[in-house]
Amino acid sequence: MRNLIILFLIFIAPTNALGLIEVDITRGNLNPLPIAVSPLSIDDESKKSFEKTLKKKDIGSEISKVIEKNLKTSGLFNPLDKNAFLQAPDIAHLKPRFEDWNLIKAQALITGKVKNVDDKLRVEFRLWDVLAGKEMMALAFTTVPNNWRRVGHIITDKVYERLTGEKGYFDTRIIYVAEEGPKTKRIKKLAIMDQDGANNKFLTLGNELVLTPRFNPTSQMVTYLSYFRNLPRVYLLDIETGIQEVVGDFPGMTFAPRFSPDGKKIIMSFAKDGNSDIYTMDLENRIVEKITNHPSIDTSPSYSPDGKFICFNSDRSGYQQIYVMKSDGSNVKRISFGNGLYGTPVWSPRGDLIAFTKLHKGKFYIGVMRTDGSGERLLTENFYQEAPSWSPNGRVLIFYRETKTDDKGEGFSAKLWSIDLTGYNERLVDTPTDASDPSWSSLLSN
Amino acid sequence: MKKLVIRNIDQGALMKLNKIFKNTFLVLFACLVLSACATSKKSTGQMQGDVYTGTDTVEYLASGVPDRVFFATNESVLTTASRETLRKQAAWLRKNSDITIVLEGHADERGTREYNLALGERRANAAKDYLMTYGISSNRISVLSYGKERPVDSGSNPLAWSKNRRSVSVKAN
Repeated sequence: MRNLIILFLIFIAPTNALGLIEVDITRGNLNPLPIAVSPLSIDDESKKSFEKTLKKKDIGSEISKVIEKNLKTSGLFNPLDKNAFLQAPDIAHLKPRFEDWNLIKAQALITGKVKNVDDKLRVEFRLWDVLAGKEMMALAFTTVPNNWRRVGHIITDKVYERLTGEKGYFDTRIIYVAEEGPKTKRIKKLAIMDQDGANNKFLTLGNELVLTPRFNPTSQMVTYLSYFRNLPRVYLLDIETGIQEVVGDFPGMTFAPRFSPDGKKIIMSFAKDGNSDIYTMDLENRIVEKITNHPSIDTSPSYSPDGKFICFNSDRSGYQQIYVMKSDGSNVKRISFGNGLYGTPVWSPRGDLIAFTKLHKGKFYIGVMRTDGSGERLLTENFYQEAPSWSPNGRVLIFYRETKTDDKGEGFSAKLWSIDLTGYNERLVDTPTDASDPSWSSLLSN
Repeated sequence: MKKLVIRNIDQGALMKLNKIFKNTFLVLFACLVLSACATSKKSTGQMQGDVYTGTDTVEYLASGVPDRVFFATNESVLTTASRETLRKQAAWLRKNSDITIVLEGHADERGTREYNLALGERRANAAKDYLMTYGISSNRISVLSYGKERPVDSGSNPLAWSKNRRSVSVKAN
């Protein structure tokens, strides 16, 4: 995928070194920044040609809608109503009349221009500080027209980074398990979609049970659990080619797979004779290593971003708790000591936190703690939810939630939700079917 | 889970008691533990403690040979009733020496997916080990964990969950 997409990034003006407006990301969505996203202007000829190829009446306006939705979903921005905009998009892009934008309380303004250049889509955009009356950033991209949504995501990433000081997470995808049918005979398929829910695609047919897909952080590979031929095993899937292969040659169930941060190893559990231990397999030389050796259940392993440590789930104390060890399996230390059971630890891409699922007094929580177990914070409580996955910038967690059924055992559903690290901005992530086991990709472009 | 909750209550109670009745605290504490145990082991018709004892979901491998055994929350220990069921299965398997079986291990929906896969495997192996001690060769038994993926009862209540915590012996040929 990455190879097919050629994005040309051209700086058309040097950006200001000093930050003008800034978004305080530590406080969640208490004061989202009012931002105006002007529809990207487009000349008539380009408009007509893109209408033919992309079946969109005004692609400039469509791209601005992608940006607007992204900004709103982040919880850090408040995109203003376009009906209140006084200045025409093409003129605003040349030189905004800042007093007009000030009047509608916009603090930042995004303008842009779309053009057909040799059947390619050329998009330029500018970010303006309305109060200071200054341009903050200007960029242009040229790409194949079909990539128009990605252009919207990349623009959002640039704006987000400029205004918050952190990398964005909008040009990303989510792989998950699409679910259908009654609870006792659930049909599950692998599915993939853009971070905003667009371009949903099913990757398997639903003939066999599939669970827990996870992205390789460095490529378009996915590892997951499949019950193909009733043998639950960890598989690798190349999303570009559709080629699948079983990982390793284990005489029993392998499950709970994840990639190492360099994408070269898979870490997973192997269950035999009632005992689950953690193993790694090197994808290049196929060497298998046993990492834990304990008669308890050891599962849900996840590497630290530097690859030096592994957090995992074990019931060696009698109940499910979270442990951290060196990546060779030495120095095992329990880090969860609060009331209740702890599972599904996942190390933040920033390295400072571990997200987890907690079960306490019949309720499920998604929370985070420091890597030594201190500073536990519970972000959300529900009847059932689990399996958080980090956005690549470590700001947002996506997880799934299941509903309680009624007295007749009906009314079951499973949905994806996201929540900010601050505990604010909890959102349902729209999917065409029921959904579970989400995994967030890295940024597709950098 | 139930055990943990009880323990928490006891600790809370213990702290208060420590302050008020320093001398009588041991006696009272013992009473508390006893009453807690008594309530958790209570039979509710279809459940003993939180282990399912009913027959709603049970199928039969042969006349008088139930196909499944049930477990307490987070446990893989075989109950007296489970061992009796497995002895019947072993006797039937000894008589029908050409039959091979798959032990399908399951968990309820009140746990994380990955842990439950491991727990299902542990439960099925508890049943397998018991069958082996009664003379059934391990090459006639394979194990398959479904974790929480295949509940028999779609309810979200303790009784439904107790039916779903199970190991089912399924004929493989």
